[in-house]
Amino acid sequence: MGERISRQEVAHVARLARLSLTDDELARFTEQLGAILDHAADVAALDTTDVVPTAHPLPLRNVLRDDVVVPSLDRDEVLAQAPAVEDGRIRVPRIITPSADDEADPRA
Amino acid sequence: MTSASEIAGAVRAGSRRARDVVEEHLARIAERDAELHAFVTVTGDDARAAANAIDRTVEGGGDPGPLAGVPIALKDNLCTRGVPTTCASRILEGWRPPYDATVVTRLRAAGAIVIGKTNLDEFAMGSSTENSAFGPTRNPHDLTRVPGGSSGGSAAAVAAALAPLGLGSDTGGSIRQPAALCGVVGVKPTYGAVSRYGLIAFASSLDQIGPLASSVGDAAALLEVVGGHDPLDSTSIEAPAPRVTAGLHDGVEGLRVGVVRELMDGIDADVVARVEIAARALEKEGASVDEVSVPAAVHGLSAYYLIAPAEASSNLARYDGVRYGLRVEGADITDMYNETRAKGFGPEVKRRIMLGTYALSAGYYDAYYGQAQRVRTLIIRDFDTVYADHDLLLAPTAPTTAFALGAKTDDPLTMYLSDVCTIPSNLAGHPAVSVPYGTGDDGLPVGVQLLAPALGEPIMLRAAAALERTLT
Repeated sequence: MGERISRQEVAHVARLARLSLTDDELARFTEQLGAILDHAADVAALDTTDVVPTAHPLPLRNVLRDDVVVPSLDRDEVLAQAPAVEDGRIRVPRIITPSADDEADPRA
Repeated sequence: MTSASEIAGAVRAGSRRARDVVEEHLARIAERDAELHAFVTVTGDDARAAANAIDRTVEGGGDPGPLAGVPIALKDNLCTRGVPTTCASRILEGWRPPYDATVVTRLRAAGAIVIGKTNLDEFAMGSSTENSAFGPTRNPHDLTRVPGGSSGGSAAAVAAALAPLGLGSDTGGSIRQPAALCGVVGVKPTYGAVSRYGLIAFASSLDQIGPLASSVGDAAALLEVVGGHDPLDSTSIEAPAPRVTAGLHDGVEGLRVGVVRELMDGIDADVVARVEIAARALEKEGASVDEVSVPAAVHGLSAYYLIAPAEASSNLARYDGVRYGLRVEGADITDMYNETRAKGFGPEVKRRIMLGTYALSAGYYDAYYGQAQRVRTLIIRDFDTVYADHDLLLAPTAPTTAFALGAKTDDPLTMYLSDVCTIPSNLAGHPAVSVPYGTGDDGLPVGVQLLAPALGEPIMLRAAAALERTLT
Protein backbone atom coordinates (compact mmCIF):
# COMPACT_ATOMS: atom_id res chain seq x y z
CA MET A 1 0.00 0.00 0.00
CA GLY A 2 1.45 3.35 -1.02
CA GLU A 3 1.57 6.08 1.57
CA ARG A 4 -1.55 8.08 0.73
CA ILE A 5 -1.31 10.37 3.71
CA SER A 6 1.60 11.15 6.02
CA ARG A 7 1.58 11.59 9.77
CA GLN A 8 2.40 15.28 9.25
CA GLU A 9 -0.61 15.69 6.97
CA VAL A 10 -2.86 13.99 9.51
CA ALA A 11 -1.57 16.34 12.22
CA HIS A 12 -2.28 19.31 9.91
CA VAL A 13 -5.82 18.07 9.21
CA ALA A 14 -6.42 17.66 12.96
CA ARG A 15 -5.44 21.30 13.44
CA LEU A 16 -7.87 22.35 10.69
CA ALA A 17 -10.60 20.25 12.34
CA ARG A 18 -9.89 21.75 15.80
CA LEU A 19 -9.36 18.28 17.20
CA SER A 20 -6.52 17.56 19.57
CA LEU A 21 -5.27 14.02 18.98
CA THR A 22 -3.08 11.79 21.12
CA ASP A 23 0.03 10.21 19.58
CA ASP A 24 -1.82 6.90 19.47
CA GLU A 25 -4.77 8.45 17.60
CA LEU A 26 -2.39 10.15 15.21
CA ALA A 27 -0.71 6.84 14.36
CA ARG A 28 -4.01 4.97 14.04
CA PHE A 29 -5.68 7.62 11.88
CA THR A 30 -2.63 7.84 9.61
CA GLU A 31 -2.96 4.13 8.90
CA GLN A 32 -6.78 4.02 8.69
CA LEU A 33 -7.20 7.16 6.57
CA GLY A 34 -4.57 5.76 4.22
CA ALA A 35 -6.56 2.54 3.83
CA ILE A 36 -9.83 4.38 3.24
CA LEU A 37 -8.23 6.72 0.70
CA ASP A 38 -6.74 3.70 -1.07
CA HIS A 39 -10.27 2.37 -1.37
CA ALA A 40 -11.36 5.74 -2.77
CA ALA A 41 -8.63 5.66 -5.41
CA ASP A 42 -10.95 4.02 -7.97
CA VAL A 43 -13.28 6.99 -7.70
CA ALA A 44 -10.44 9.48 -7.97
CA ALA A 45 -9.23 7.68 -11.11
CA LEU A 46 -12.60 7.64 -12.95
CA ASP A 47 -12.84 9.62 -16.17
CA THR A 48 -15.59 12.14 -15.44
CA THR A 49 -14.93 14.59 -18.25
CA ASP A 50 -18.18 16.44 -18.98
CA VAL A 51 -19.96 14.94 -15.97
CA VAL A 52 -21.69 17.62 -13.90
CA PRO A 53 -21.46 17.10 -10.13
CA THR A 54 -24.71 16.42 -8.27
CA ALA A 55 -24.91 18.67 -5.24
CA HIS A 56 -28.59 17.96 -4.68
CA PRO A 57 -30.44 14.90 -5.98
CA LEU A 58 -33.61 16.79 -6.91
CA PRO A 59 -33.94 19.85 -9.13
CA LEU A 60 -34.93 22.23 -6.34
CA ARG A 61 -34.07 25.91 -6.59
CA ASN A 62 -33.25 28.33 -3.81
CA VAL A 63 -36.27 28.69 -1.60
CA LEU A 64 -37.25 32.14 -0.43
CA ARG A 65 -39.91 33.10 2.06
CA ASP A 66 -41.68 36.38 2.72
CA ASP A 67 -39.85 38.53 5.25
CA VAL A 68 -42.42 38.14 8.01
CA VAL A 69 -41.57 38.18 11.70
CA VAL A 70 -42.47 34.89 13.40
CA PRO A 71 -41.84 33.72 16.97
CA SER A 72 -38.32 32.46 17.51
CA LEU A 73 -36.83 30.11 20.08
CA ASP A 74 -37.32 31.11 23.69
CA ARG A 75 -34.19 32.99 24.78
CA ASP A 76 -34.11 31.67 28.34
CA GLU A 77 -34.68 28.11 27.16
CA VAL A 78 -31.77 28.42 24.74
CA LEU A 79 -29.44 30.05 27.27
CA ALA A 80 -30.32 27.38 29.84
CA GLN A 81 -28.48 24.88 27.59
CA ALA A 82 -25.30 26.91 27.24
CA PRO A 83 -22.25 25.81 29.23
CA ALA A 84 -21.63 29.34 30.61
CA VAL A 85 -23.92 32.36 30.63
CA GLU A 86 -23.51 35.92 31.84
CA ASP A 87 -25.96 38.83 31.60
CA GLY A 88 -28.23 37.06 29.12
CA ARG A 89 -25.37 36.11 26.85
CA ILE A 90 -23.14 33.10 26.30
CA ARG A 91 -19.75 33.49 28.00
CA VAL A 92 -16.59 32.27 26.23
CA PRO A 93 -12.87 32.58 27.01
CA ARG A 94 -11.18 35.81 25.96
CA ILE A 95 -10.77 35.79 22.17
CA ILE A 96 -8.84 39.05 21.64
CA THR A 97 -6.06 39.94 24.03
CA PRO A 98 -5.48 43.67 24.65
CA SER A 99 -2.06 43.52 22.98
CA ALA A 100 -3.16 41.34 20.07
CA ASP A 101 -2.20 43.99 17.52
CA ASP A 102 1.35 44.15 18.77
CA GLU A 103 2.08 40.46 19.15
CA ALA A 104 2.59 37.71 16.64
CA ASP A 105 -0.11 35.03 16.56
CA PRO A 106 1.05 32.53 19.22
CA ARG A 107 -0.37 29.66 17.13
CA ALA A 108 1.59 30.51 14.01
CA MET B 1 -47.57 -8.35 18.84
CA THR B 2 -50.26 -5.74 18.28
CA SER B 3 -49.93 -3.61 15.18
CA ALA B 4 -50.05 0.16 15.14
CA SER B 5 -53.21 0.12 13.04
CA GLU B 6 -54.96 -2.21 15.50
CA ILE B 7 -53.97 -0.03 18.45
CA ALA B 8 -55.07 3.19 16.73
CA GLY B 9 -58.34 1.58 15.64
CA ALA B 10 -59.16 0.40 19.15
CA VAL B 11 -58.17 3.66 20.84
CA ARG B 12 -60.14 5.71 18.34
CA ALA B 13 -63.19 3.47 18.84
CA GLY B 14 -62.91 3.85 22.61
CA SER B 15 -62.51 0.10 23.14
CA ARG B 16 -58.96 0.45 24.44
CA ARG B 17 -57.45 3.21 26.54
CA ALA B 18 -54.26 4.88 25.29
CA ARG B 19 -53.06 4.87 28.90
CA ASP B 20 -53.33 1.06 29.03
CA VAL B 21 -51.43 0.74 25.76
CA VAL B 22 -48.65 2.93 27.13
CA GLU B 23 -48.48 0.99 30.43
CA GLU B 24 -48.22 -2.32 28.55
CA HIS B 25 -45.33 -1.05 26.47
CA LEU B 26 -43.54 0.55 29.43
CA ALA B 27 -43.83 -2.80 31.22
CA ARG B 28 -42.29 -4.58 28.23
CA ILE B 29 -39.47 -2.05 28.13
CA ALA B 30 -38.85 -2.56 31.86
CA GLU B 31 -38.77 -6.31 31.27
CA ARG B 32 -36.60 -6.46 28.14
CA ASP B 33 -34.53 -3.33 27.75
CA ALA B 34 -31.92 -4.04 30.41
CA GLU B 35 -30.53 -6.73 28.09
CA LEU B 36 -31.38 -5.10 24.72
CA HIS B 37 -30.43 -1.49 25.47
CA ALA B 38 -32.60 -0.21 22.65
CA PHE B 39 -33.39 3.00 24.56
CA VAL B 40 -31.16 5.82 25.69
CA THR B 41 -34.06 7.58 27.43
CA VAL B 42 -37.53 6.24 28.29
CA THR B 43 -40.07 9.04 28.54
CA GLY B 44 -42.60 7.27 30.77
CA ASP B 45 -44.11 10.31 32.49
CA ASP B 46 -44.50 12.33 29.29
CA ALA B 47 -45.99 9.27 27.57
CA ARG B 48 -48.53 8.73 30.37
CA ALA B 49 -49.55 12.40 30.25
CA ALA B 50 -49.94 12.28 26.46
CA ALA B 51 -51.99 9.08 26.71
CA ASN B 52 -54.28 10.61 29.31
CA ALA B 53 -54.88 13.58 27.03
CA ILE B 54 -55.80 11.27 24.15
CA ASP B 55 -58.19 9.29 26.33
CA ARG B 56 -59.88 12.54 27.37
CA THR B 57 -60.21 13.55 23.72
CA VAL B 58 -61.86 10.22 22.88
CA GLU B 59 -64.20 10.46 25.89
CA GLY B 60 -65.14 13.99 24.83
CA GLY B 61 -66.04 12.77 21.33
CA GLY B 62 -63.08 14.49 19.63
CA ASP B 63 -60.77 13.12 16.94
CA PRO B 64 -57.57 11.89 18.60
CA GLY B 65 -55.71 11.50 15.28
CA PRO B 66 -54.84 8.65 12.91
CA LEU B 67 -52.12 7.21 15.19
CA ALA B 68 -54.06 7.71 18.43
CA GLY B 69 -52.40 5.99 21.34
CA VAL B 70 -49.64 4.34 19.29
CA PRO B 71 -46.30 4.37 21.14
CA ILE B 72 -43.32 5.35 19.00
CA ALA B 73 -39.58 5.03 19.60
CA LEU B 74 -37.57 7.96 18.25
CA LYS B 75 -33.95 7.70 17.24
CA ASP B 76 -32.03 9.95 19.59
CA ASN B 77 -30.88 12.30 16.83
CA LEU B 78 -34.43 13.71 16.52
CA CYS B 79 -34.96 16.81 18.63
CA THR B 80 -37.59 16.59 21.36
CA ARG B 81 -38.26 19.80 23.28
CA GLY B 82 -37.12 19.54 26.89
CA VAL B 83 -36.20 15.86 26.54
CA PRO B 84 -32.50 14.91 26.33
CA THR B 85 -31.33 14.37 22.74
CA THR B 86 -27.84 12.91 22.72
CA CYS B 87 -26.97 11.50 19.28
CA ALA B 88 -25.35 8.83 21.52
CA SER B 89 -22.47 11.27 21.98
CA ARG B 90 -20.78 12.62 25.11
CA ILE B 91 -20.67 15.98 23.39
CA LEU B 92 -24.47 16.30 23.62
CA GLU B 93 -25.01 14.38 26.84
CA GLY B 94 -27.73 16.07 28.88
CA TRP B 95 -28.66 18.56 26.17
CA ARG B 96 -32.36 19.37 26.08
CA PRO B 97 -33.41 20.86 22.75
CA PRO B 98 -35.50 24.04 22.86
CA TYR B 99 -37.71 22.77 20.02
CA ASP B 100 -39.33 19.68 18.52
CA ALA B 101 -38.32 18.26 15.14
CA THR B 102 -41.10 18.69 12.56
CA VAL B 103 -41.69 14.92 12.51
CA VAL B 104 -42.18 14.99 16.29
CA THR B 105 -44.68 17.86 16.04
CA ARG B 106 -46.60 15.92 13.37
CA LEU B 107 -46.56 12.71 15.39
CA ARG B 108 -47.96 14.46 18.45
CA ALA B 109 -50.68 16.07 16.32
CA ALA B 110 -51.56 12.61 14.95
CA GLY B 111 -51.99 11.20 18.44
CA ALA B 112 -48.81 9.08 18.48
CA ILE B 113 -47.08 8.84 21.84
CA VAL B 114 -43.31 9.26 22.16
CA ILE B 115 -42.29 6.46 24.52
CA GLY B 116 -38.56 7.02 24.39
CA LYS B 117 -35.40 7.93 22.53
CA THR B 118 -33.41 5.10 21.02
CA ASN B 119 -29.76 4.21 20.79
CA LEU B 120 -27.68 4.79 17.66
CA ASP B 121 -24.12 4.87 16.44
CA GLU B 122 -22.73 8.22 17.57
CA PHE B 123 -24.13 10.92 15.23
CA ALA B 124 -25.57 8.05 13.11
CA MET B 125 -22.08 7.05 11.96
CA GLY B 126 -21.94 3.29 11.89
CA SER B 127 -23.64 0.07 10.87
CA SER B 128 -23.92 -1.81 14.17
CA THR B 129 -24.92 0.67 16.93
CA GLU B 130 -21.62 -0.27 18.61
CA ASN B 131 -20.32 3.29 18.16
CA SER B 132 -22.74 4.60 20.80
CA ALA B 133 -21.03 6.38 23.68
CA PHE B 134 -23.57 4.66 25.94
CA GLY B 135 -22.82 1.08 24.91
CA PRO B 136 -24.22 -1.13 22.14
CA THR B 137 -27.77 -2.30 21.47
CA ARG B 138 -28.27 -6.06 21.11
CA ASN B 139 -30.26 -7.89 18.45
CA PRO B 140 -33.54 -9.23 19.92
CA HIS B 141 -33.19 -12.39 17.77
CA ASP B 142 -29.75 -13.21 19.24
CA LEU B 143 -28.26 -11.16 22.06
CA THR B 144 -24.69 -11.92 20.94
CA ARG B 145 -25.35 -10.19 17.60
CA VAL B 146 -25.58 -6.54 16.58
CA PRO B 147 -28.94 -5.04 15.55
CA GLY B 148 -27.32 -3.22 12.64
CA GLY B 149 -27.11 0.52 12.56
CA SER B 150 -27.11 3.28 12.88
CA SER B 151 -30.84 3.18 13.78
CA GLY B 152 -30.25 -0.06 15.72
CA GLY B 153 -32.16 1.08 18.79
CA SER B 154 -35.37 1.86 16.90
CA ALA B 155 -35.10 -1.38 14.87
CA ALA B 156 -34.53 -3.48 18.00
CA ALA B 157 -37.37 -1.71 19.84
CA VAL B 158 -39.82 -2.54 17.04
CA ALA B 159 -38.51 -6.12 16.65
CA ALA B 160 -38.91 -6.78 20.38
CA ALA B 161 -42.38 -5.15 20.41
CA LEU B 162 -41.22 -2.48 22.86
CA ALA B 163 -42.91 -0.03 20.48
CA PRO B 164 -45.07 -0.77 17.42
CA LEU B 165 -43.44 2.09 15.49
CA GLY B 166 -40.02 3.65 15.28
CA LEU B 167 -38.40 6.50 13.43
CA GLY B 168 -34.83 6.36 12.22
CA SER B 169 -32.64 8.30 9.83
CA ASP B 170 -30.94 6.87 6.77
CA THR B 171 -27.81 8.48 5.32
CA GLY B 172 -26.24 5.38 3.74
CA GLY B 173 -28.60 2.62 4.88
CA SER B 174 -29.12 3.41 8.56
CA ILE B 175 -32.84 2.57 8.51
CA ARG B 176 -32.85 -0.29 6.02
CA GLN B 177 -29.81 -2.26 7.19
CA PRO B 178 -30.89 -2.49 10.88
CA ALA B 179 -34.44 -3.25 9.69
CA ALA B 180 -33.03 -6.18 7.72
CA LEU B 181 -30.88 -7.45 10.58
CA CYS B 182 -33.74 -7.17 13.09
CA GLY B 183 -36.47 -8.58 10.81
CA VAL B 184 -38.65 -5.48 10.53
CA VAL B 185 -39.74 -3.14 7.72
CA GLY B 186 -37.62 -0.01 7.15
CA VAL B 187 -38.27 2.77 4.63
CA LYS B 188 -35.90 5.41 3.31
CA PRO B 189 -38.15 7.95 1.58
CA THR B 190 -37.21 10.12 -1.39
CA TYR B 191 -34.78 12.86 -0.36
CA GLY B 192 -36.96 15.82 0.63
CA ALA B 193 -40.13 13.79 1.23
CA VAL B 194 -39.81 14.07 5.02
CA SER B 195 -38.69 17.29 6.69
CA ARG B 196 -35.21 17.20 8.22
CA TYR B 197 -35.97 20.15 10.53
CA GLY B 198 -34.84 18.98 13.97
CA LEU B 199 -32.92 15.98 12.66
CA ILE B 200 -29.39 16.54 13.90
CA ALA B 201 -27.38 16.82 10.71
CA PHE B 202 -24.82 14.20 9.66
CA ALA B 203 -24.53 14.47 5.84
CA SER B 204 -27.20 16.93 4.78
CA SER B 205 -27.43 16.00 1.10
CA LEU B 206 -28.07 12.34 2.02
CA ASP B 207 -29.91 12.31 5.39
CA GLN B 208 -33.58 11.27 5.33
CA ILE B 209 -35.93 10.38 8.20
CA GLY B 210 -38.09 7.29 7.73
CA PRO B 211 -40.28 4.67 9.42
CA LEU B 212 -39.50 1.33 11.05
CA ALA B 213 -42.46 -0.97 11.70
CA SER B 214 -43.44 -4.61 11.91
CA SER B 215 -45.47 -4.41 8.69
CA VAL B 216 -45.49 -2.46 5.43
CA GLY B 217 -48.97 -1.16 6.30
CA ASP B 218 -47.82 0.35 9.58
CA ALA B 219 -44.71 1.84 7.96
CA ALA B 220 -46.87 3.40 5.24
CA ALA B 221 -49.29 4.88 7.78
CA LEU B 222 -46.37 6.44 9.66
CA LEU B 223 -44.88 7.86 6.45
CA GLU B 224 -48.19 9.57 5.63
CA VAL B 225 -48.16 11.26 9.05
CA VAL B 226 -44.55 12.51 9.06
CA GLY B 227 -44.14 13.27 5.35
CA GLY B 228 -45.07 16.32 3.32
CA HIS B 229 -43.77 19.82 2.74
CA ASP B 230 -42.29 21.81 5.60
CA PRO B 231 -41.25 25.45 5.14
CA LEU B 232 -38.68 24.96 7.93
CA ASP B 233 -36.61 22.66 5.68
CA SER B 234 -35.52 24.39 2.47
CA THR B 235 -34.81 21.01 0.80
CA SER B 236 -38.34 19.79 1.53
CA ILE B 237 -40.34 18.86 -1.59
CA GLU B 238 -43.26 21.21 -2.16
CA ALA B 239 -45.96 18.57 -2.14
CA PRO B 240 -48.20 16.93 0.42
CA ALA B 241 -47.16 13.60 1.96
CA PRO B 242 -47.45 10.83 -0.65
CA ARG B 243 -50.65 8.80 -0.30
CA VAL B 244 -49.16 5.39 0.25
CA THR B 245 -51.69 3.44 2.31
CA ALA B 246 -54.59 3.42 -0.13
CA GLY B 247 -53.10 1.15 -2.80
CA LEU B 248 -51.34 -1.36 -0.57
CA HIS B 249 -53.62 -4.22 -1.59
CA ASP B 250 -53.45 -3.61 -5.32
CA GLY B 251 -50.71 -6.17 -5.97
CA VAL B 252 -47.90 -6.25 -8.54
CA GLU B 253 -49.71 -7.50 -11.68
CA GLY B 254 -47.94 -6.01 -14.68
CA LEU B 255 -45.09 -4.37 -12.76
CA ARG B 256 -41.60 -4.64 -14.27
CA VAL B 257 -38.98 -5.45 -11.66
CA GLY B 258 -35.22 -5.55 -12.27
CA VAL B 259 -32.78 -7.47 -10.07
CA VAL B 260 -29.62 -5.35 -9.80
CA ARG B 261 -26.68 -7.51 -10.83
CA GLU B 262 -24.01 -5.31 -9.21
CA LEU B 263 -25.76 -5.44 -5.84
CA MET B 264 -25.78 -9.27 -5.81
CA ASP B 265 -21.95 -9.40 -6.07
CA GLY B 266 -20.02 -10.34 -2.94
CA ILE B 267 -23.22 -11.00 -0.99
CA ASP B 268 -23.58 -14.09 1.23
CA ALA B 269 -25.15 -16.99 -0.67
CA ASP B 270 -28.02 -17.44 1.79
CA VAL B 271 -28.96 -13.77 1.40
CA VAL B 272 -28.79 -14.00 -2.42
CA ALA B 273 -31.02 -17.08 -2.22
CA ARG B 274 -33.71 -15.14 -0.35
CA VAL B 275 -33.61 -12.33 -2.96
CA GLU B 276 -34.07 -14.93 -5.71
CA ILE B 277 -37.00 -16.48 -3.85
CA ALA B 278 -38.51 -13.00 -3.52
CA ALA B 279 -38.05 -12.47 -7.28
CA ARG B 280 -39.90 -15.74 -8.03
CA ALA B 281 -42.67 -14.78 -5.58
CA LEU B 282 -43.18 -11.41 -7.32
CA GLU B 283 -43.32 -13.20 -10.67
CA LYS B 284 -45.94 -15.55 -9.34
CA GLU B 285 -47.98 -12.52 -8.30
CA GLY B 286 -47.91 -11.23 -11.86
CA ALA B 287 -44.81 -9.04 -12.04
CA SER B 288 -42.18 -9.56 -14.73
CA VAL B 289 -38.68 -9.93 -13.35
CA ASP B 290 -35.36 -9.74 -15.16
CA GLU B 291 -31.75 -8.92 -14.39
CA VAL B 292 -30.54 -5.33 -14.87
CA SER B 293 -27.25 -3.52 -14.58
CA VAL B 294 -26.46 -0.29 -12.73
CA PRO B 295 -22.72 -0.20 -13.52
CA ALA B 296 -21.86 2.97 -11.58
CA ALA B 297 -23.27 1.43 -8.39
CA VAL B 298 -19.93 -0.30 -7.83
CA HIS B 299 -18.42 3.13 -7.12
CA GLY B 300 -21.15 4.01 -4.63
CA LEU B 301 -19.35 2.93 -1.49
CA SER B 302 -16.18 4.89 -2.29
CA ALA B 303 -18.13 7.99 -3.30
CA TYR B 304 -20.24 7.77 -0.16
CA TYR B 305 -17.23 7.52 2.12
CA LEU B 306 -15.93 10.79 0.66
CA ILE B 307 -19.21 12.73 0.52
CA ALA B 308 -20.66 11.74 3.90
CA PRO B 309 -17.50 12.47 5.94
CA ALA B 310 -16.94 15.73 4.03
CA GLU B 311 -20.43 16.98 4.88
CA ALA B 312 -20.12 15.61 8.42
CA SER B 313 -16.87 17.47 9.03
CA SER B 314 -18.68 20.69 8.15
CA ASN B 315 -21.88 19.90 10.07
CA LEU B 316 -20.05 18.82 13.21
CA ALA B 317 -17.96 21.99 13.32
CA ARG B 318 -20.80 23.42 15.41
CA TYR B 319 -19.85 21.25 18.40
CA ASP B 320 -17.29 23.64 19.80
CA GLY B 321 -18.29 23.95 23.46
CA VAL B 322 -19.76 27.43 23.01
CA ARG B 323 -23.55 27.31 22.83
CA TYR B 324 -24.66 23.87 24.05
CA GLY B 325 -23.39 20.48 25.11
CA LEU B 326 -20.00 19.68 26.55
CA ARG B 327 -17.38 22.36 27.20
CA VAL B 328 -13.85 21.57 28.30
CA GLU B 329 -12.21 24.81 29.46
CA GLY B 330 -8.86 25.65 27.88
CA ALA B 331 -6.13 28.27 28.05
CA ASP B 332 -7.72 30.15 25.14
CA ILE B 333 -10.69 29.61 22.85
CA THR B 334 -8.82 27.44 20.34
CA ASP B 335 -7.66 25.26 23.17
CA MET B 336 -11.27 25.03 24.37
CA TYR B 337 -12.41 23.92 20.90
CA ASN B 338 -9.63 21.35 20.56
CA GLU B 339 -10.12 19.81 24.00
CA THR B 340 -13.94 19.87 23.93
CA ARG B 341 -13.99 18.02 20.62
CA ALA B 342 -11.24 15.61 21.68
CA LYS B 343 -13.16 14.63 24.80
CA GLY B 344 -16.69 14.80 23.38
CA PHE B 345 -16.37 12.80 20.15
CA GLY B 346 -15.79 9.04 19.92
CA PRO B 347 -13.31 7.32 17.58
CA GLU B 348 -15.57 6.81 14.53
CA VAL B 349 -16.78 10.42 14.60
CA LYS B 350 -13.20 11.67 14.87
CA ARG B 351 -12.17 9.38 12.01
CA ARG B 352 -14.89 10.78 9.75
CA ILE B 353 -14.23 14.38 10.71
CA MET B 354 -10.57 13.81 9.84
CA LEU B 355 -11.37 12.09 6.55
CA GLY B 356 -13.89 14.76 5.59
CA THR B 357 -11.65 17.66 6.54
CA TYR B 358 -8.89 16.12 4.44
CA ALA B 359 -11.24 15.52 1.47
CA LEU B 360 -12.32 19.17 1.56
CA SER B 361 -8.88 20.68 2.18
CA ALA B 362 -6.96 22.77 -0.32
CA GLY B 363 -5.59 20.75 -3.21
CA TYR B 364 -7.82 17.72 -2.61
CA TYR B 365 -11.34 19.11 -2.93
CA ASP B 366 -11.77 18.35 -6.63
CA ALA B 367 -9.96 15.01 -6.58
CA TYR B 368 -12.14 13.66 -3.78
CA TYR B 369 -15.35 15.55 -2.93
CA GLY B 370 -15.86 16.99 -6.42
CA GLN B 371 -15.15 13.65 -8.06
CA ALA B 372 -17.49 11.82 -5.67
CA GLN B 373 -20.28 14.24 -6.56
CA ARG B 374 -19.74 13.44 -10.24
CA VAL B 375 -20.11 9.76 -9.38
CA ARG B 376 -23.53 10.62 -7.96
CA THR B 377 -24.47 11.93 -11.39
CA LEU B 378 -23.24 8.70 -13.00
CA ILE B 379 -25.30 6.59 -10.61
CA ILE B 380 -28.42 8.70 -11.23
CA ARG B 381 -27.92 8.33 -15.01
CA ASP B 382 -27.61 4.55 -14.71
CA PHE B 383 -30.74 4.36 -12.56
CA ASP B 384 -32.61 6.57 -15.08
CA THR B 385 -31.62 4.20 -17.90
CA VAL B 386 -32.95 1.18 -16.02
CA TYR B 387 -36.14 2.95 -14.91
CA ALA B 388 -36.94 3.79 -18.53
CA ASP B 389 -38.37 0.27 -18.81
CA HIS B 390 -38.67 -0.87 -15.18
CA ASP B 391 -40.95 0.21 -12.34
CA LEU B 392 -38.89 -1.11 -9.44
CA LEU B 393 -35.58 -2.73 -8.63
CA LEU B 394 -34.88 -5.62 -6.30
CA ALA B 395 -31.68 -6.22 -4.32
CA PRO B 396 -30.41 -7.49 -1.00
CA THR B 397 -30.52 -4.96 1.84
CA ALA B 398 -27.35 -6.08 3.61
CA PRO B 399 -24.57 -8.47 2.55
CA THR B 400 -24.99 -10.70 5.62
CA THR B 401 -27.38 -11.47 8.44
CA ALA B 402 -26.67 -9.93 11.87
CA PHE B 403 -23.00 -10.32 12.77
CA ALA B 404 -21.46 -10.83 16.19
CA LEU B 405 -20.86 -7.89 18.52
CA GLY B 406 -17.23 -6.83 18.14
CA ALA B 407 -16.74 -8.71 14.85
CA LYS B 408 -16.08 -5.60 12.75
CA THR B 409 -15.14 -2.90 15.23
CA ASP B 410 -11.40 -3.08 14.56
CA ASP B 411 -11.60 -2.55 10.82
CA PRO B 412 -13.58 0.47 9.64
CA LEU B 413 -13.50 -0.59 5.97
CA THR B 414 -15.10 -3.98 6.70
CA MET B 415 -17.81 -2.24 8.68
CA TYR B 416 -18.40 0.24 5.83
CA LEU B 417 -19.07 -2.68 3.44
CA SER B 418 -22.30 -3.37 5.39
CA ASP B 419 -23.84 -0.46 3.47
CA VAL B 420 -22.82 -1.45 -0.04
CA CYS B 421 -26.38 -2.32 -1.18
CA THR B 422 -28.13 0.61 0.47
CA ILE B 423 -25.81 3.52 -0.41
CA PRO B 424 -26.78 3.93 -4.12
CA SER B 425 -30.32 5.03 -3.17
CA ASN B 426 -28.98 7.74 -0.86
CA LEU B 427 -26.56 9.01 -3.50
CA ALA B 428 -29.41 9.16 -6.03
CA GLY B 429 -31.93 10.59 -3.54
CA HIS B 430 -34.31 7.74 -4.39
CA PRO B 431 -36.63 5.84 -2.03
CA ALA B 432 -36.05 2.23 -0.98
CA VAL B 433 -37.64 -0.18 1.48
CA SER B 434 -36.30 -3.25 3.28
CA VAL B 435 -38.82 -6.03 3.78
CA PRO B 436 -38.08 -9.01 6.04
CA TYR B 437 -38.07 -12.10 3.85
CA GLY B 438 -37.29 -15.25 5.77
CA THR B 439 -34.04 -16.24 7.40
CA GLY B 440 -30.49 -17.14 6.46
CA ASP B 441 -28.58 -20.35 7.18
CA ASP B 442 -28.07 -19.19 10.77
CA GLY B 443 -31.81 -18.72 11.34
CA LEU B 444 -31.47 -14.93 11.53
CA PRO B 445 -33.63 -12.49 9.54
CA VAL B 446 -32.83 -11.54 5.94
CA GLY B 447 -34.16 -8.34 4.39
CA VAL B 448 -34.76 -7.80 0.69
CA GLN B 449 -34.78 -4.33 -0.74
CA LEU B 450 -37.13 -2.72 -3.25
CA LEU B 451 -35.83 0.45 -4.91
CA ALA B 452 -37.88 3.03 -6.82
CA PRO B 453 -37.23 6.27 -8.70
CA ALA B 454 -37.77 9.59 -6.91
CA LEU B 455 -41.32 9.91 -5.49
CA GLY B 456 -41.99 6.26 -6.31
CA GLU B 457 -43.11 5.46 -2.75
CA PRO B 458 -46.72 4.49 -3.63
CA ILE B 459 -45.76 1.78 -6.13
CA MET B 460 -42.73 0.71 -4.06
CA LEU B 461 -44.77 0.16 -0.90
CA ARG B 462 -47.56 -1.51 -2.85
CA ALA B 463 -45.02 -4.06 -4.12
CA ALA B 464 -43.49 -4.36 -0.64
CA ALA B 465 -46.92 -5.18 0.78
CA ALA B 466 -47.50 -7.76 -1.96
CA LEU B 467 -44.13 -9.33 -1.22
CA GLU B 468 -44.92 -9.40 2.50
CA ARG B 469 -48.16 -11.25 1.78
CA THR B 470 -46.31 -13.98 -0.13
CA LEU B 471 -44.63 -15.00 3.13
CA THR B 472 -47.81 -15.69 5.06
